[in-house]
Amino acid sequence: MITGRGLEKRFGDRRVLRGVDVDLERGGFLLVTGRNGSGKTTLLRLLAGLSAPDGGTLELPSRETIGYLGHEPLVYRELTPLENLTLFGRLYRVPERAERVGMLLERFGLWDVRHERVSRFSRGMQQRLGLCRALLHDPQLLLFDEPYNALDAEGAALLDATFDEPRTFVVATHEAARVERRATQRLAFA
Amino acid sequence: MRYARDVSALIRKDLLLELRAKETLPSMLLFVLAALTIFHFALPHGTGHQAALGLLWSALIFTALLGLTRAFVAEREQGMFDALVLTPCDRSAIWLGKSVAVLAFLAAAEVVALPAFAIFFSGVGGRTIAAVALADVGICAVGTLFGAMAVAGRARELLMPLLFLPAAIPIVVGGVGGYLWFLALYDAIFALLAWATFEYVIVEA
Repeated sequence: MITGRGLEKRFGDRRVLRGVDVDLERGGFLLVTGRNGSGKTTLLRLLAGLSAPDGGTLELPSRETIGYLGHEPLVYRELTPLENLTLFGRLYRVPERAERVGMLLERFGLWDVRHERVSRFSRGMQQRLGLCRALLHDPQLLLFDEPYNALDAEGAALLDATFDEPRTFVVATHEAARVERRATQRLAFA
Repeated sequence: MRYARDVSALIRKDLLLELRAKETLPSMLLFVLAALTIFHFALPHGTGHQAALGLLWSALIFTALLGLTRAFVAEREQGMFDALVLTPCDRSAIWLGKSVAVLAFLAAAEVVALPAFAIFFSGVGGRTIAAVALADVGICAVGTLFGAMAVAGRARELLMPLLFLPAAIPIVVGGVGGYLWFLALYDAIFALLAWATFEYVIVEA
């Protein structure tokens, strides 16, 4: 599903990624670990197609098959959860959009606040909405960067349940113990 | 058809955001009215129509700049470029949606500015209104592209006027002179350029 060979990324004089290889089959789970600033986020941005590598080759699936959750939930704060998911549902051409949006809002415990502005939400609720957005178009490949950030126990359990779904995952996290048993591959940055 | 639907969804989003935040349009209205009032008192009595028209165009360009500077605030502060770039919609649809939204704000400001100009100075003819309408298209096309470029830079508040104002000089020349064909040509060239290059501006190198 993803094939990367000798990936490199520089920011000015600083080389963040050097000769990274990624080979992930459909249904695999790649766990990415490493200290702050080691290149986890940079790698995930490359795999999401948000950034181009400075060296190496990278083969990615098409954009509509990728779901991405970065450090930010990537939702408009002045819109409601319903408005956000409806907008992205349109842009992703989600079939039976209203049903899909409603199902995700219910699943992540946001149905009752679907008409409230996201700016009034706690960071944890925003993260739940970010998960809804990432899952909205039923992507085959999910790229999660520190997905447990700000989630309470219930939110973390909902995220754990997401990992049980038959998808391909790339997860960068400092909470490796939570997902260690699911990992089919590991990439540890020094 | 899909392209039109994507653009329409993006325009709706921007109008909704402005309706909620009420930041850009009120600022533009206040700015253009204040500028015209200052010009009214600054200009010596008996100044000709052409000089006053020059001030109208200056006021409109700076009002547009104000709107354009704020055009990508949500995308910048909330990382929303990433979210939009990740969707399968054509990236030029993001530019077109934003351009149309900014055009709507600018047109709304001009609905107030042109009558105010007529009260303070002299009447506005059909040719000036046509020139303003044509200029708006070029301003929003090129300004939205530069707005996206400025968002990516560090000194974004400085970068936007530095990029936009030189590009707006032909608009002022065409507007004050009433050269409608020139403004139409400017619109066509810069809209095409912006449409074709926007993708490269918003995707991180």
